Amino acid sequence: MPTITTPVLPKLVGQRVKRREDPRLIQGRATYVDDVALIGMQHIAFKRSDVAHGRIRTIDTSAAKAMEGVEAVFTGAEIAEFLAPMPIGTPFPSPEHRAVAVDTVRYGGEPVAVVVASDRYIARDAADAIVVTYDTLPAVVDLEKAMTGKPTVIHPDFPNNLAVPLLPSGTGVSPDGSSVDDTAINAAFAKADVVISQRMVNQRLAPSAMEGRGVVAHFEPGKGTMTIWSSTQNPHILRTFIAALNGLGQDQVRAIAPEVGGGFGAKINIYGEEYVTSAISKRLGIPVKWIEDRSESFVATTHGRDILGYVELAATRDGTVLGLKLRLIADIGAYNMLLTAAIPTLTMMMANATYNIPAIRTTLTEVFTNKTPTDAYRGAGRPEATYFVERAMDMLARELKMDPAELRRRNFIQPKQFPFVTQMGAIYDSGDYEKALDKALKTAKWDQLKVERDAARAKGRLVGLGLAMYVEVCGIGPSSSLPTGGWEHSQVTIERDGRISATTGASPHGQGNETTFAQMLADQFGVPLEHVTILHGDTGIVKQGIGTFGSRSQAVGGTALHMAGAKVKSKMAKFAAALLEANEDDLVFENGTISVKGSPASAKSFATVAGFAYIPVPLPEGLEPGLSDEAFFEPTNNTYPFGCHISMLEIDRKTGEPTLLKLVAVDDAGNLINPLIVEGQIHGGLAQGIGQAMIEEVVYNEDGQLVTGSFMDYALPRAIDFPRFELAGTVTPTPVNPLGAKGVGEAGTLGSTPSIVAAAVDALSEFGVKHIDMMLRPEKLWRIINGGRS
Amino acid sequence: MISMPFEYSRATSLEDALAKLRASNGEGKLLAGGHSLVPLMKLRLSEPKTLIDIARIPELSGIRAKDGSIEIGAGTVHHEVATSALLRQQCPVIADAAASIGDPQVRNRGTLGGSLAHADPSADYPAVMLALDADIHLKSAKGSRVVKAHDFFQGLFTVDLAADEIIVGVQFKPVKAAAYAKLYQRASHFAIVGVAAALDMNGRTVRSARIGVTGASSHATRLTKVEEQLAGKELSTSSIEAASRLAGAALDGFNSDIHASEEYRRAMVPVFTERALAAALARAS
Repeated sequence: MPTITTPVLPKLVGQRVKRREDPRLIQGRATYVDDVALIGMQHIAFKRSDVAHGRIRTIDTSAAKAMEGVEAVFTGAEIAEFLAPMPIGTPFPSPEHRAVAVDTVRYGGEPVAVVVASDRYIARDAADAIVVTYDTLPAVVDLEKAMTGKPTVIHPDFPNNLAVPLLPSGTGVSPDGSSVDDTAINAAFAKADVVISQRMVNQRLAPSAMEGRGVVAHFEPGKGTMTIWSSTQNPHILRTFIAALNGLGQDQVRAIAPEVGGGFGAKINIYGEEYVTSAISKRLGIPVKWIEDRSESFVATTHGRDILGYVELAATRDGTVLGLKLRLIADIGAYNMLLTAAIPTLTMMMANATYNIPAIRTTLTEVFTNKTPTDAYRGAGRPEATYFVERAMDMLARELKMDPAELRRRNFIQPKQFPFVTQMGAIYDSGDYEKALDKALKTAKWDQLKVERDAARAKGRLVGLGLAMYVEVCGIGPSSSLPTGGWEHSQVTIERDGRISATTGASPHGQGNETTFAQMLADQFGVPLEHVTILHGDTGIVKQGIGTFGSRSQAVGGTALHMAGAKVKSKMAKFAAALLEANEDDLVFENGTISVKGSPASAKSFATVAGFAYIPVPLPEGLEPGLSDEAFFEPTNNTYPFGCHISMLEIDRKTGEPTLLKLVAVDDAGNLINPLIVEGQIHGGLAQGIGQAMIEEVVYNEDGQLVTGSFMDYALPRAIDFPRFELAGTVTPTPVNPLGAKGVGEAGTLGSTPSIVAAAVDALSEFGVKHIDMMLRPEKLWRIINGGRS
Repeated sequence: MISMPFEYSRATSLEDALAKLRASNGEGKLLAGGHSLVPLMKLRLSEPKTLIDIARIPELSGIRAKDGSIEIGAGTVHHEVATSALLRQQCPVIADAAASIGDPQVRNRGTLGGSLAHADPSADYPAVMLALDADIHLKSAKGSRVVKAHDFFQGLFTVDLAADEIIVGVQFKPVKAAAYAKLYQRASHFAIVGVAAALDMNGRTVRSARIGVTGASSHATRLTKVEEQLAGKELSTSSIEAASRLAGAALDGFNSDIHASEEYRRAMVPVFTERALAAALARAS
């Protein structure tokens, strides 16, 4: 009897497998949009408004047109002749938005004309040569000022600049917001011993992906088809919109997201530059390219956050939370983009946080200002909710002189309450919040930290501790919750040589799915990781898909992959059964072979069975040749990962400079496919959460000019800004998908931010401060230390 | 982020660079590390017709001890200054300042001469040059001259450097008892306020002190009031604190921006003066 000598392949799911993507990325061997070069390709540059609000009086393109190498110049009015206004992806009312402004500009950086030239440099020079004069209008930058309608109304059909005047939700509010019953919320506040009340600013941020945006569009007049390469998180959604605005069928457009150097939510949106580039390619019948530069990125790529919260939290003296009121005012910027209007609705949705809160009332007002439009940014609505509620909980703990952990513990939704229907109508899938809290307290040595803090204080140092819980909504999910559809798609193919190709509609741009998905298939089929290739980011190869956002690629895309794999495996088992003259249910896939359970000598190599499936002589009865199948996965619900983050921070008494001494993050994302990649995702999220708390802020002056228009003034966090992160986790699988995986891409931004602000408030508690708005600018802290002297 | 067209030529020697500079008729700019110039060109705030690359002229680079002085070539990159064993041992203040500049990429490209010539109001090196009473060596096709640091920095981005001159290097007497203290601007890592203090001590008593501040106003400036207050004094925590209180009082035209108001900068000058002095004193013993 021959014994099988093949080395036993380890199970890979759950292992710390290094990212297969990284060698090419760090060796400069990856292909980004700007690496795409086509014969005859022309280059686009946008002339952008340098005023925040104004009527275009004249545009003189004659000098630009006369320049050698300039193919064409289009004003906004000329573009409008062949390009319809930009669509949005939400059902909210929205003003007309032209990709290139026709008569009025509403934010600094809005495109007013387009140059097409033989190279990028000529295009840029020609854009400079376009002379635009404006009748400048007053600009409004502050969103509460904008709500007065003074000094300007940005869109005539939206009085007082209100994009959404007032949208209520929560306890006593019907799902469509049309009927509102205040009984419960009023009763909750009426019986409160304590009410915390605070206005909080969740400031504007610039997403700042390492790779800016870029587009190459190639309309082939002979075929009537369009190929568009774009640095996007969702090529299939891009295809849908590009087809619609170019009068093409979706079969006639191929969208490719090559290597994408980060998105952070800002590359979900379908941008004017994508529409314009494709429309010009179609009009001129030539390939054209546009690559965003960094200065453009600061004004032309959507910003994140920028929402005010008026928070009121009612509780009894013993720390039982009775009710929450959250009045949200969100800054849209100058226009609604794809998801702009919907992002703050996620803040409303997550107002219930991790607590039993008997009555919640949120209202949302959305406001236009003369600033770059906002849209999704890592966390997209959920960090805002977490921040407002956790800050209020921290203030309540301080008011009640209660340990912030203890206050949370008293109010947690309990494990036996899941699935838990929140006051906002969300159904939390699973959770054990106390377990995550305890793990974080233990990991951080909370009691010891308090001793250290007090010892430092005794020496005059300003040291503080902060703690925050979070729950977020991930695995964005059923089609009822997404206008694009909430499923994901995958096709798994066993090639003739026994290697595996699999497509996914998820479109990773840093999430590592080429590794995690290969781990899953390697385990499923008992083959080496190296034999699996994950294909993504090309609608010509990936038949269907939605994309990567809302921490959904593993929970939704991974499940579709698993399902498609199961279908193929079942068919492969039939071919193997025929070869081995065995029952298909008795087969074992492992170590690159398919064998009969209990008699390992009766085996065929994986490649042999694969080859047989493609040259099936004789073809087993009832089978078609080939091994390829697909699956769509529609989850029944979102997933709700959660965790607890703890910070220790010191503030220099003389200068106000904050230093983050410690950050402990306990995250529960359900089952993990690859803990190494999960940690990387958390590290990145923490970096951006810490960045928001401490050093990042988009600043405009009163005229609507962007002051933080470069990395000299906009602080992007770097490694030296952080302590060594201390990570731990709990595992509470979700019942929503068979993997039990919840998603983790955004988690790091949720708990870190409020925990750091809580630590800063704690550090400055001797000065009687209760809340500090982000970012923790040293001067701001110095003023608190100096009694607000001005 | 694309500059206007320009001519580029690489100088192979100092003489070659001077000849090219002269030939450019005032329309040429010297390119060394390019970390100040190139961003300005990309933003089209600077549009030189000709760039003369002096980054690869061997005679402009290097750190040497000579007759009790130290010379640093203008083309020496910040990283080399920051990690120089000679400087760490004999004059750590300048190595500290270099290590605080920007980030590793900047420090591997940016040069001492470039920083001095550009004279950004928040640059780190100028404060140190003042504290070390450094000689700045300049050369043109017509000849050489030496300018004292405190005469060199004249105003916002303005230095005593003619259009046909190149900074060749700096020379100073090493001071062990010297230190640099800085309030970082967190985006750029320039100094909101940076103070370099150098002490000449006789036991615990100050023979003389030299203190330079950067970031506070239009250009790096000596804090002479503090220097005078310290001269002849025995140094202690309290005497340092008392002297530091005078820091910045005589400065006018404080900078103000989103990172720090005038008032805050004014308040930070004494704080960082005190820190620089305390650190310098610690190195004296």
